[in-house]
Amino acid sequence: MDVVVCVKQVPDTEQPIRVRPDGSGIEEQGLNWILNYYDEHAVEEALRVREKHGGTVTVVCVGPARASEALRTALAMGADEAVHVADPALEGADHLGVARVLARVLGQLRYDLVLCGRLATDDNASVVGGALAEYLGLPQATAISKLDIQDGLATVEREVEGGVEVLQVPLPAVFTVERTINEPRYPTLPGIMKAKRKEIRTLTLADLGLSPQEVGPEAARVRYVRFEPPPRREAGRVVTPDSPEEGARLIAEFLQETAKVL
Amino acid sequence: MEFALTEEHRLVQQTAREFATREILPVASQLDAEHRFPTEIVRGLGELGLMGVTVPEEYGGAGMDHVAYVLAMEEVARACASTAAIMSVNNSLVCDPILRYGTEEQKRRYLPVLASGRELGCYCLTEPQAGSDAASLQTTARLDGDRWVLNGTKVFVTNAREAWVFIVYARTEEVPGARGISAFLVERDYPGITVGKVERKMGLLASSTCEVLLEDCRVPRENLLGARGEGFKVALSTLDGGRIGIAAQAVGIARAALEESVAYAKERRQFGRSIAEFQAIQWKIADMATRIEAARLLALRAAWLRDQGKRCTVEASMAKLFASETAMFAAHQGVQIFGGYGYIKDYPVERYFRDAKITEIYEGTSEIQRMVIARNLLA
Amino acid sequence: MGRDVWVVADHAAGSVRRITLELLGKGRELADSHRGKLVALGLGHGLEGLAQVLGEYGADVVLWADHPSLASYTTEAYAEVVSSLVRERTPWLVLIPSTAWGRDLAPRVAARLGAGVVTDVEALWVEDGQVLARRPMYTRKVMGTVRYVGEGPHLAVVLPKVFAPAARHEGRTAEVERVALQPAPPRTKLVETRSVQRERASLTEAEVIVSGGRGLRGPENFALLDALAAELGAAVGSSRPPVDSGWVPHDYEIGQTGKTVSPTVYIAVGISGAPQHLAGMSGSKYIVAINKDPNAPIFQVASLGVVGDLFQIVPKLTEEVRRRKAQA
Repeated sequence: MDVVVCVKQVPDTEQPIRVRPDGSGIEEQGLNWILNYYDEHAVEEALRVREKHGGTVTVVCVGPARASEALRTALAMGADEAVHVADPALEGADHLGVARVLARVLGQLRYDLVLCGRLATDDNASVVGGALAEYLGLPQATAISKLDIQDGLATVEREVEGGVEVLQVPLPAVFTVERTINEPRYPTLPGIMKAKRKEIRTLTLADLGLSPQEVGPEAARVRYVRFEPPPRREAGRVVTPDSPEEGARLIAEFLQETAKVL
Repeated sequence: MEFALTEEHRLVQQTAREFATREILPVASQLDAEHRFPTEIVRGLGELGLMGVTVPEEYGGAGMDHVAYVLAMEEVARACASTAAIMSVNNSLVCDPILRYGTEEQKRRYLPVLASGRELGCYCLTEPQAGSDAASLQTTARLDGDRWVLNGTKVFVTNAREAWVFIVYARTEEVPGARGISAFLVERDYPGITVGKVERKMGLLASSTCEVLLEDCRVPRENLLGARGEGFKVALSTLDGGRIGIAAQAVGIARAALEESVAYAKERRQFGRSIAEFQAIQWKIADMATRIEAARLLALRAAWLRDQGKRCTVEASMAKLFASETAMFAAHQGVQIFGGYGYIKDYPVERYFRDAKITEIYEGTSEIQRMVIARNLLA
Repeated sequence: MGRDVWVVADHAAGSVRRITLELLGKGRELADSHRGKLVALGLGHGLEGLAQVLGEYGADVVLWADHPSLASYTTEAYAEVVSSLVRERTPWLVLIPSTAWGRDLAPRVAARLGAGVVTDVEALWVEDGQVLARRPMYTRKVMGTVRYVGEGPHLAVVLPKVFAPAARHEGRTAEVERVALQPAPPRTKLVETRSVQRERASLTEAEVIVSGGRGLRGPENFALLDALAAELGAAVGSSRPPVDSGWVPHDYEIGQTGKTVSPTVYIAVGISGAPQHLAGMSGSKYIVAINKDPNAPIFQVASLGVVGDLFQIVPKLTEEVRRRKAQA
């Protein structure tokens, strides 16, 4: 059971993220770049599939040169092979462009299953997984919280409003994973040492037979034009009630009349 | 000259930081309050390879270098100084001497178990009458057939209550001072070794610090570590690595104080504005941050020298001296920045204050470190 | 042709869900300002009656795809129907609700059609003939404005509760067109849908969160919050200090080292409002704070701040909520 995991390197959002004064992007100075948390869960799930069914785990990343460290982290967790598409012509590509590039890479690999994180914590978009499935012509399930495989058939669970859906999907297929699916292992120090010896295959668009016009910023169907900090919340009312009953009444009234949650 | 960390070092730092943040930080103040040994955390550290960072892979360790060790120690100590102490003793004071001076059999017997964190080790040098003047130790070891028989009392042994293997320094020769000392590997089950009183300490409350009593303790002959009479050499070379570890621990404690102080200063408002706007607070923060940077660089350089196989006694002393005084400084300033709240156990700074103090004392007091440094220049 | 705005309807058990009405509201506004029609697209099986509702809430046209294989959502069947309809009739905008199925469907359709897609849309407008959307990024630390390139169709996956629901015009009817489609049987099979009774609403989904901080003084006092939460159907969370002190488990934590939440109402009880905590809940629509310290930073972000003793106010509030619910 060969699994390919598509991963992304993102800034650590647990650290401060600041918007550039001209709104053209975020300040890159001092950012801590990490493997997207959701993709950690995807790598973990792939490793569990390998533990159960054998096979290899290959991680693929489309990103700038620094993104190789995210691949190295995945290798340190235990992935077997890594492919990095690092082409500056991809800067400004939209999700469909990235998905097309990934699909082309997958065309060169052997796989039974493709996993991705449900979303990446930089743009929180949740688009690449489904788009990739479309380009590969494969069935998909997004935001899965459980995966079982038997005889080429995957049974997955996904959380929907008010409940859980159980789906049966024939492999090969593309699944995006929710964080509730597992608890990812930490890369161990021996794992980090072993990862040092594993090769990351680096590819350009030319290696994939793709042109920047097809998948780069020129082909993008959406473009980011501005970034702003979240709206500053205006201070509301602060009151010092005469009695706790008065305080309780004010809050209950607010909940009922203004917030409309009662 | 390259100040940037390699990719592996960054990965180690990141892994250690994530583990420390998710697994250790949430329970650190509880461990301190309950004086509870972090059993699960130590197991987790072992699984990551952090209990035997520089032990080669063939002996079950992570096979990494001292720079990786320093980076990881700082992250763990930032979350919990007690856990860092447990980790540092196991790495520097137990695995390291076995690695350097052990026979092949000794390495195979002890290192894989210690590096995995399944069992812990401890270092028994100090005695009630022999602290800074360690070479005057009185514990004796006499050969009786195929057994060494040890008699004496050791104090201030970190991890003793949990340890499986004890590195014990005892006098084997009829000469006084350093030349008469040998090192031994003593296991908990050997007859005649008892862990005595568990000290009630000011800080490092989640780790145990105990008395170890040796009463006709019988140790197999092959458990001599290093050559006869070489024990003090083992002890001192061990301390070089140990001091690097403690320096990293101190940097972690100091950084904890700094980070908490920065967050608090931004939030706390007095006289109509956040106290971060007051110069008095700003200068404290600046001084803390600068010393922490310097301490970290000293620790990393000493680690790098040790990795290069170069002598690093003086650099390790400098790192330990400066970092421990920085930890005490930062913790002190931290409590002051928090004001009244700094004195309250609900806030973490008072713990840093209590934890920081020992770094100026153990593994060679600041006074001893100054002697080592001065001697190097004035001899 | 005009600039038609399509809304893919979210419905269940024969009724139209609230988010559909919100999308119809926004869709109406956009269609009207660009002389286009508002078209509601319903997929399912046995949908009689929905068309009428969609008409009353503003749809000019209801496209009706009623087929057994559409009875429950599957990616392939829905993607096939929606893609072929969009390709055939080239609407300008397609609004899709941000539901589990909507988020699953939109990227697939976008890729099939080569159409621009934006998810988590919180605002949608037109500037110089171009459609723009605003959406949260970097776990809500940044707001990004995106422009759709080209003529369309443009897909927008819209978050709930950002647009006002359409007004109802009783008796208003839409032109109903039943779409004759035979979607191929999907490869994926829906085996079962389990409804889950979650005892405690999950923090990330809850509409109302009651959260406690250091001011609660001890673990036993979280019971006060549990009682209030029970009355409000709310989830219970905390800031970092109660977690650090071991009063509550780590999964309660909201903030930089915990969860990020964006409920409609966040009730902060005995929480000072440290930046690390604000980072986790600043996406809340309304913030109510109870704290005895009038200088607590939380009051600078609260929609309603009450200075007082939480140990007195919270139980009274629980009672007051109970009383008002009984009256309703």
